[in-house]
Amino acid sequence: MAQRAVAIAPRWPGAAAAALVLVLTIGTLAAVGWRAEWQRGLSPADWAAIRFTVTQALVSAGLSVLLAIPVARALARRQFRGRSVLITLMGAPFLLPVVVAVIGLLAVFGRAGMVNSALAWLGLPAISIFGFHGVVLAHVFFNLPLAIRLILQGWLVIPAERFRLAASLNAPVGRLLEWPMLRAVVPGVFLVIFLICLTSFAVALTLGGGPRATTVELAIYQALRFDFDLGRAALLACVQFGLCVLAAAVVWRLSLVDTMGAGLDRTVQRWDLRWPVLDYLMIALVAAFLFTPLAMVVWRGVPGLALLPAEVWAAAGRSVIVAGASALLCTSMALALALRGGRMVAITGVLPLAASGLVVGTGAFLLVYPFINPARLALPVTVLVNATLALPFALRAIGQAVEGIDRDFGRLGASLGLSRWGWVRIVVLPRIRRPLGFGAGLAAALSMGDLGVIALFAGEAQQTLPLAMYRLMGAYRMEAAAGAALVLLALSFAAFWICDRGGRGNADL
Amino acid sequence: MLICEALVIEQDDFRLTADVTFNTGKITALIGPSGAGKSTLLAALAGFLAPASGRVMWQDMDLTAVPPGARPISAIFQDNNLFPHLTIAQNVGLGLRPTWHLTADERACVERALSSVGLAGLGGRKPAALSGGQQSRAALARVLLADRPVVLLDEPFAALGPGLKDEMLDLVQSTLGVAGRTVLMVTHDPDDARRIADQASLVAAGTVSAPVATQAFFEAPSPALSAYLG
Repeated sequence: MAQRAVAIAPRWPGAAAAALVLVLTIGTLAAVGWRAEWQRGLSPADWAAIRFTVTQALVSAGLSVLLAIPVARALARRQFRGRSVLITLMGAPFLLPVVVAVIGLLAVFGRAGMVNSALAWLGLPAISIFGFHGVVLAHVFFNLPLAIRLILQGWLVIPAERFRLAASLNAPVGRLLEWPMLRAVVPGVFLVIFLICLTSFAVALTLGGGPRATTVELAIYQALRFDFDLGRAALLACVQFGLCVLAAAVVWRLSLVDTMGAGLDRTVQRWDLRWPVLDYLMIALVAAFLFTPLAMVVWRGVPGLALLPAEVWAAAGRSVIVAGASALLCTSMALALALRGGRMVAITGVLPLAASGLVVGTGAFLLVYPFINPARLALPVTVLVNATLALPFALRAIGQAVEGIDRDFGRLGASLGLSRWGWVRIVVLPRIRRPLGFGAGLAAALSMGDLGVIALFAGEAQQTLPLAMYRLMGAYRMEAAAGAALVLLALSFAAFWICDRGGRGNADL
Repeated sequence: MLICEALVIEQDDFRLTADVTFNTGKITALIGPSGAGKSTLLAALAGFLAPASGRVMWQDMDLTAVPPGARPISAIFQDNNLFPHLTIAQNVGLGLRPTWHLTADERACVERALSSVGLAGLGGRKPAALSGGQQSRAALARVLLADRPVVLLDEPFAALGPGLKDEMLDLVQSTLGVAGRTVLMVTHDPDDARRIADQASLVAAGTVSAPVATQAFFEAPSPALSAYLG
């Protein structure tokens, strides 16, 4: 049907949510643009930061994609026990707090880590994880699984009949089927990861630093936090925004792929398979690369639990509250926007993808700083920013579900004379439990592990768990930091699991 | 009487005109080729489509600007007539009052409606636990309970096998027909019309023709109807 004769859902909450998103994205950007000292121009150090940001993102994205292709191919054509579990686990890094992963990577690749111990035993020189290598390593760690899943999806949408045809013609599967698929899929995957690496503040904060490994976001943080040079921070925030918008515009056109996508359980029967050993070796290496650091977090974390100072537990409590509030706000906004529907709302829903937490944070800092000590607003601002940044993901899940309900049951609801709130309460809410739970879990986990805007605002008294952990690392209290990492890891996954589980329940959909 | 007064419905480059009267208490079959606009006419009558011009009248009341839920009209669609997450009783209860909670009296009414369509005791089940025919019965029970004088049936039984479909048609006659509802039933099967309709109307070539008594409709078919029946 071309039109909906009646609007059955309430409309004002959607308008309110859209307004909030606009204030936090465009509004903070305006504040940043207004305070930026344009006449000052960019210093050589700023240019170095821009170069470093772009270079590391290019290299990280390139490496992730290159490594992902053979692994995705191996997973696409081999069937083995634990395959679907492995693929599911590859969705986990999306929820993994960056600082936790860094602790794990340090335990493997750090100064006293496994790799360097082995090198020393062999009489070889040690490697350093800090600087360019470290940033790229961490980015590959985070994005390789994403790249594998996305490229695997590409492999699995090649119809099985094509493989059968190729086999009967004795035609080369690689050139005939796989190469065209890769040419279609890989550029999009590369761009998505490039964008993610442009805005990963926490990785640069923990593994970068110094004149040769500073990203634009890290430079913003330093200008604001250490030099209190608001004009420069604002100027750099504008630069970062420009970078993000350029990348996001391209990515959105390519349509962000569902990072939690289902349907990867399928394998296609193939007739061109030799060298199974190589495939399995590849899978084993990647699994080791991804899961050793996580295992180390647990291994080192357990003894660290006893060393945790009381303020870390207080920080954990704050993190739980922030995560809960952010999940609630995020899903409420997503639901309100989804119920309102329409083009304006679709745009508001994707705006945060182009926003970097640090840019929004800088803008918010500039807005509140003249009136109130920013530290006092650290937690509310973190909730707002986290909820807004998670909004596109939640909206994608919830928006589709609400659209489907409108399509399938809109007429029935209208002909029964359901009121607007009745429609939401009796029909929409019970039917979107699953995406609602999933969205809430995503928002909660992302917020739980976020080390971005909170670092700009918080003092000792407002620190969340990721920030407390970062400070422990800065003070070289690595055992305690490892304990905090384990707590954070558990909290993040528990938050996701509880919300997602809650949405499953016994819903007859 | 349900009156389409110089009604014109436009959708993209599709155009349907209707200037007809459907008598109170009669079952009317709307027959015609697919794509002729039978469902579109029902959508306009139910209030889902705003007509380009003309009026929809029930007795002396102009319905044209009345929202779907406030019209004296119930509808059963081709599919999605029940909310899958609600029990059958809750679904049927929505015909009485659009809320979750019903009073004891209202629950008794729901139970009576369920027995009248042969679903006694099944109110606690979810739609997925019912067969296709039982789901149609539940939708019918809701329409009975809603107590609105006009009922639109948009091929709700098309997915059922022939035996079940006839059973449902008979049930429509013995419930809605006996209760004196004004029923408009879309079908492309002449046998459906012969089975229960008092009168029939051809929807073809962008117009809705005036309803004619069913027997006469088929015995002396108009040229357009002959073309359709083949």
